[in-house]
Amino acid sequence: MPSWDWQLYCTDMVTEEVAPSCFGAKGYETYLDAMVHAWGWTMSISVLGLLVALIAGSLIGILRTVPNRKVALFGEAWTELFRNIPLIVQLFIWYHVMPQLFSPLQSVPSSVLMVAAIGLFTSARIAEQVKAGILTLPKGQRYAGQALGLTLPQTYRHVLLPMAFRIVIPPVTSESMNIVKNSAVAFAVSIPDLTQFALQSSEQSSFVQIFLPVTLLYFISAYIINRVAKLIEVYVRVPGILGAK
Amino acid sequence: MTQLDFSFLTWDVLRAFVSKGLLFSIQLTVMAMLGGILLGTLLAMMRLSGRKWLEVPATIYVDTLRSIPLVMVILWVYLLLPFATAALGWNNFAPETTALITFTLFEATYYSEIMRAGIQSVPKGQVFAGYAMGMNYRQTMGLVVLPQAFRNMLPVLLTQTIVLFQDTSLVYAIGAYDLLKGFEVAGKNYNRPVETYLAVAVVYFVICFSLSMLVRRLQKKIAIIR
Repeated sequence: MPSWDWQLYCTDMVTEEVAPSCFGAKGYETYLDAMVHAWGWTMSISVLGLLVALIAGSLIGILRTVPNRKVALFGEAWTELFRNIPLIVQLFIWYHVMPQLFSPLQSVPSSVLMVAAIGLFTSARIAEQVKAGILTLPKGQRYAGQALGLTLPQTYRHVLLPMAFRIVIPPVTSESMNIVKNSAVAFAVSIPDLTQFALQSSEQSSFVQIFLPVTLLYFISAYIINRVAKLIEVYVRVPGILGAK
Repeated sequence: MTQLDFSFLTWDVLRAFVSKGLLFSIQLTVMAMLGGILLGTLLAMMRLSGRKWLEVPATIYVDTLRSIPLVMVILWVYLLLPFATAALGWNNFAPETTALITFTLFEATYYSEIMRAGIQSVPKGQVFAGYAMGMNYRQTMGLVVLPQAFRNMLPVLLTQTIVLFQDTSLVYAIGAYDLLKGFEVAGKNYNRPVETYLAVAVVYFVICFSLSMLVRRLQKKIAIIR
């Protein structure tokens, strides 16, 4: 059976010596240090990936609703492309293929490629939500904007998007939790994230005491992002609509 | 800048390395879908049963698995299974067997959420009508509610299956021989990793895109009937 020895978290990863303090002892790198470090990687990849996904996803989502067939088609193609290929395959494309085809990418660290991969992968999903959000608005809003003499960009900026973005916050929240979970595939390109930490520091006999805290950290991370998004949702709520108090 | 050269990817190479992996990916998807829908429907019925002792375990099961990365679940099962089955005298699971068990258990949680929405989409009057006809719970569920729930949710269930098909590529974590692995091995043998990664992306895209087009058509058809 798996053995339990929580002292492990206070021992150095290389020398197997017990450090004077479990966290941040000078000259030691305990398992706890490594886990916190790995959590940092998971969170930074998730947050940066989410940022990329929000920017690219909103842009593509908007393009898909624009009254110009070519532009809309580009948006559709983007969405289908990034939605129909598994994330791990997309990651390998960024990591193994792109640097071979575009040599400037060879000097880019793998974590940046990971952020690009997970960001664009998620952008397709966000674009889907943004498009749906814009399309649920009554058509009259668009016409009203144009009748007032607003240009198309102005109509989007001042009439459509302020409402559409508020509508899409709940689905985007769940997407932001997914990004934390999806970031676990980073292990496949040797980024020292939580999953990689779990894989490297667990032996057959003691994997439970590594896997349990790691799983809990994923739990907590997804929960934190969920709470933050809920706070934003409450903050930007327009009184009188969409379940506002 | 590397020159791309796909000429080594002949039918013989595909048959030798890829077909086995593709077959496994499809097998895994279909079996996890069937098992997942079965178990998921059961979980959904438990959650809607109104009995605490059924509701609570099902809710905990679904919510827990849904908030853990799939990769972690795959690794958990892969490492735990030998301990769990050692007592029974079974040993040495192939990663493929582990993958099958994991995906059924994991995807059931997603299918259960869909089925829960499906069951709730059937008007309450249908249930009352069933009971008024003298049917018991099993008959009402099996003959009245579930058939309608299935039909209402068919497009969503199939969309989830496309997601499942994409997720099967994560068996990479335990080294099972799936579609991705098949191309990867071919790429290693011919020293052409760039081409094979592109090729596997194209294969996944073609399969998933055509399936999602089919689902979209089905959705339109069902919408008209309703």
